[in-house]
Amino acid sequence: MGLTCKSCKRKAILDIYNIVKANPNQMLVALAGNPNTGKSTIFNELTGLKQHTGNWPGKTVTNARGYFKNKDKEFILVDLPGTYSLFPNSVEEEVARDFICFGNPDVTVIVVDATCLERNLNLVLQILEITDNAILCVNLLDEAKRKKIQVDLDRLSVELGIPVVGTIARDKKGLKNLKDAIYDVCVKKIIPQPKKITYPKEIEDELQKLIPMITPLITNKINPRWIALRMLDGDIKILERISQNSYCKGACNHG
Amino acid sequence: MVDYCQINKSDIYRDYIVTSLYKRANEIEKAVVSYSKDKKVNIDDIIDLILTSKLTGFPIMLLILAFIFWLTIAGANIPSKLLANILFSIEEKLSDIFICFNAPSWLHGILILGMFRTAVWVISVMLPPMAIFFPCFTLLEDLGYLPRVAFNLDRLFKKSGAHGKQSLTMAMGFGCNAAGVISCRIIDSPRERLIAILTNNFVPCNGRFPTLIAISTILIGTASHSFLNSFLVSGLVIILILLGIVVTLLVSLIASKTFLKGTPSTFSLELPPFRKPQIGRIIIRSIFDRTLFVLGRAVAVALPAGAVIWLLANITIGDISILKHIANFLDPFALAIGLDGVIVLAFFLGLPANEIVLPIIFMSYLSTTTMIEIESIEQMRQLFISNGWTSLTCLNIMLFSLLHFPCATTLWTIKKETQSIKWTLASFIIPTVVAILICFITKSIFSLLF
Repeated sequence: MGLTCKSCKRKAILDIYNIVKANPNQMLVALAGNPNTGKSTIFNELTGLKQHTGNWPGKTVTNARGYFKNKDKEFILVDLPGTYSLFPNSVEEEVARDFICFGNPDVTVIVVDATCLERNLNLVLQILEITDNAILCVNLLDEAKRKKIQVDLDRLSVELGIPVVGTIARDKKGLKNLKDAIYDVCVKKIIPQPKKITYPKEIEDELQKLIPMITPLITNKINPRWIALRMLDGDIKILERISQNSYCKGACNHG
Repeated sequence: MVDYCQINKSDIYRDYIVTSLYKRANEIEKAVVSYSKDKKVNIDDIIDLILTSKLTGFPIMLLILAFIFWLTIAGANIPSKLLANILFSIEEKLSDIFICFNAPSWLHGILILGMFRTAVWVISVMLPPMAIFFPCFTLLEDLGYLPRVAFNLDRLFKKSGAHGKQSLTMAMGFGCNAAGVISCRIIDSPRERLIAILTNNFVPCNGRFPTLIAISTILIGTASHSFLNSFLVSGLVIILILLGIVVTLLVSLIASKTFLKGTPSTFSLELPPFRKPQIGRIIIRSIFDRTLFVLGRAVAVALPAGAVIWLLANITIGDISILKHIANFLDPFALAIGLDGVIVLAFFLGLPANEIVLPIIFMSYLSTTTMIEIESIEQMRQLFISNGWTSLTCLNIMLFSLLHFPCATTLWTIKKETQSIKWTLASFIIPTVVAILICFITKSIFSLLF
């Protein structure tokens, strides 16, 4: 009975990233965001690791992993490669998407650059279609201040429906708040409720038809609406991933 | 027909989806972000225009490089000498202790004259330049200048049939070729990634910079420590680096026309904003992560190498030391490319880490010469001249160092990244052939002229 389909599936993906939770007190946290928004800096500050940081996009080519503690929980932090979107145009985008999608992180922290919020928000909105458990971390507030840009963090939280934390990671400002927000979401003290985007009627109609068909096929937390959207925009690969999962289901039943 | 319709439809759907996302992002941005009107904001754009324009981009790049090298060369001289003095006085003390305990002379030879002395040379020749060069380099990285360099070089790489991002991986190679090879992962196309991996070691890594700097100083001469001299030396180093870039482009071009055919894929390179550098962190990071790491590796390799050199120089077979035997054996080949047997041997012994090539050459000469103590680059110059060095020798050592096979760490990384012994071998053979060929050409030109 130990091998349920869910654990098997989860294990397969976790194996890719070599992440095994030692005990239920450990939480899996993914760090996503556009390139060069300071993900690696935040990663280093939280975990005390010395992942090389630098002011250029594409610095993190592999997933870095580290640990930190807050209150009674231990957190496994995974630094994902920076991407502009989750449409699988490149290896980085695919890796980031697969981890958020199949890696089942307890919370995904999305790091955005306060100086170019609009472009960063595209990725945020895409991630929020996959998972509800997300926190927005608005980094580089000092740069924004230098450029005389003000960001209304409270309003942003209301607009998106998820917790928003402002940080200046290089000066270690706001990181305590970020850690606490991660903790609160992980223990379900805060339950983010992202506002979903409403698409043009033509797409919404298709979604209404597709979602009831897809829902019974999905056994884990992946959002059926998101999968339906991917089917509509012709992402063949995501369907392959899901059929890999159903293969897993069969194997588990036999085992 | 049905397939065609579906693909068409999903394209339209994707357009709808993306448009909705953008629209929503724009709405949110309008609601939460407010700008104070300020003309100063545009200063960054103006700086970017100047740094990346076709007209001024390259000259500024060269000037910045020149300034860093000049600073490194001019600044490293005095601390280098100081370090050597201190460390050699320790050597005397250590020797006294050995004499005191009546230790056998071979033990003293291996430990002090072999290992300790080589380590001292590695430290005093390498530490000061690295302590100046690395923070400067990290500063440029932190400021956001490196991607601008990549932007400037992008067109050249495209013309060579390589990927524009190769300029970034090349820039990483200046730090460490192994790191450069790993960074090639940012290139998606396997063909272009291979080109980038194969050519990465044509830019000098941190381990080879000190060699290049020391040899150019010897070549130009240190009779007077004038500013002019340091400028000439840094000018020479820059010419070598440019040559390295030219060779990178040429080899990329040849590769993409022959065994790695294809057209370059397009990509977008984002220029990151200029950010205020964090001086404290730069110094700490560059000293601990880079300087001490590179130095530690060099010393770790230098210690056994020093012992080996001492043994080779002191064990004799038929009146001549083994070192001499090997050097004599390599001489015909070495002389044909304007080097000598000792130098070629040093490059092979330096395979684990390029940093120790110069110290090995040095120790080899010392062990066969009666010269006891060397305190300055000027004396080093005398030692080399007495071993038959000419300007051609200096030039060819620099060329060989710049172009030859990558170090063991880099090779191992290439093996891991390409998962192929064939390409690992290629990354050893291609640079070696290029290095031998170019050294042979300069040698031939020299013998025609003089």
